[in-house]
Amino acid sequence: MEEAISSIPHLIEGLSVTIQVTLLVVFFATVIGVILGVFITYGSKYIKYIIRIFTDFVRGIPVLVLIFFVYYGFPAIGLNLDNFVAAVVALTIFKTSHVIENTRGAIESIHFGQMEAAKSIGLDFKRRLIFVIFPLAIRRFLPPWINSVADTAKGSALVSLIGVVDLMLAMQKVIGRTYEPMPVYIVGLIIYVLINYSLSATSRKLESKYRFN
Amino acid sequence: MTDYHFNFSYIWKHFDRLINGLLLSLELALISIVIGAIIGLMLAIIYIDFGRKYKLFIGIYVELIRNSPLLLLIYLVFYGIPSIGGFEYSSTTSFVITLSIYASAYLIEVFRSGLSAVEQGLIDAAKAIGLNYLQRLIYVRIPTMFRIALPSMSNTYISLFKDTSLASVIAVPELMYGAQWINFNTFRVIEVYAVITPMYLGVGFVILVLLRQLEKKYRVDV
Repeated sequence: MEEAISSIPHLIEGLSVTIQVTLLVVFFATVIGVILGVFITYGSKYIKYIIRIFTDFVRGIPVLVLIFFVYYGFPAIGLNLDNFVAAVVALTIFKTSHVIENTRGAIESIHFGQMEAAKSIGLDFKRRLIFVIFPLAIRRFLPPWINSVADTAKGSALVSLIGVVDLMLAMQKVIGRTYEPMPVYIVGLIIYVLINYSLSATSRKLESKYRFN
Repeated sequence: MTDYHFNFSYIWKHFDRLINGLLLSLELALISIVIGAIIGLMLAIIYIDFGRKYKLFIGIYVELIRNSPLLLLIYLVFYGIPSIGGFEYSSTTSFVITLSIYASAYLIEVFRSGLSAVEQGLIDAAKAIGLNYLQRLIYVRIPTMFRIALPSMSNTYISLFKDTSLASVIAVPELMYGAQWINFNTFRVIEVYAVITPMYLGVGFVILVLLRQLEKKYRVDV
């Protein structure tokens, strides 16, 4: 038990890396994902087709394959990424495909009458999106988006496998010194569960709050 | 592109590792979903039919597992539990245990909503012809529930199939481990991923198509 308590500072350092990875991934994935999500909903046939291939491709392979490919595979074609950068890039690619689907689902759930009404009062496409569709769609977008934030925090444990010292690898390092795996794993488990549970509980709360009747 | 020379010959030389790995991945996912479904079904029935006091425990079980990274659970079962229990098991056994528990936490939710979606009229009809609780469960509620839950179950199977890639971290010789073995021994990194990515994608797609046929056949309109 003493080992578990003395390991906490190391774990907190790791946790801060986990949080950094998560925030960066969520930020980039949200920006890129929302833009591509608008394109897949309103874009031409070919744009839709290309984005659809991207999302289906990324969601069809294990994240681990993506992470290893970016970290070990890219150098072979001349792109040498630092392990932290590689982790963020790989997870961002993965998460973007989810955000695209969330965005598409949120926009499509808005009744087409809203779009027509906005057209009839003479708003151009950009204004229709910004003033009519987005404010409505954000209620549908937010709950799955928060879920995917929680999912990112969970999934970021995989970056430990390419040597990023996140919470997971910090735990492994502590265990390497103390040879007492169980207490450390339990502390780590509690940290992960607390973060993810609070996020998914928020998501559920928002979902019931924003339900249209 | 820099001056990288593609050379697939090493991959084909060790291709049997990848094929065997792929089969093991499918097998691990299948065993895990079966065990997970049994645990999940029992817990879902307890959750729905037997009072309040169990709901809390099952809720904690579900939240605990769904909110922790699978990687951590794998380490915990493989390194953590034997260290305090004083016994050992093979990495494959430990992975199957982990993935089954992980699957059960997701399937409880699927079964719970499936069981509540069984039409009340059907249960009343079963009562009317004199079936007792157990008979109603076995002959009416569970079969109907499975037909309702089938689409979610096939999604779960595919995501478990992808999750088996994590077994490589404890040296279970599945597809990802085969890929890494080739990487470390021949350094043909891009070629390996160029081969296993289509394997994951293709197999996932084929399973999806097959399961969609099955779903169509057994579809019920709720």
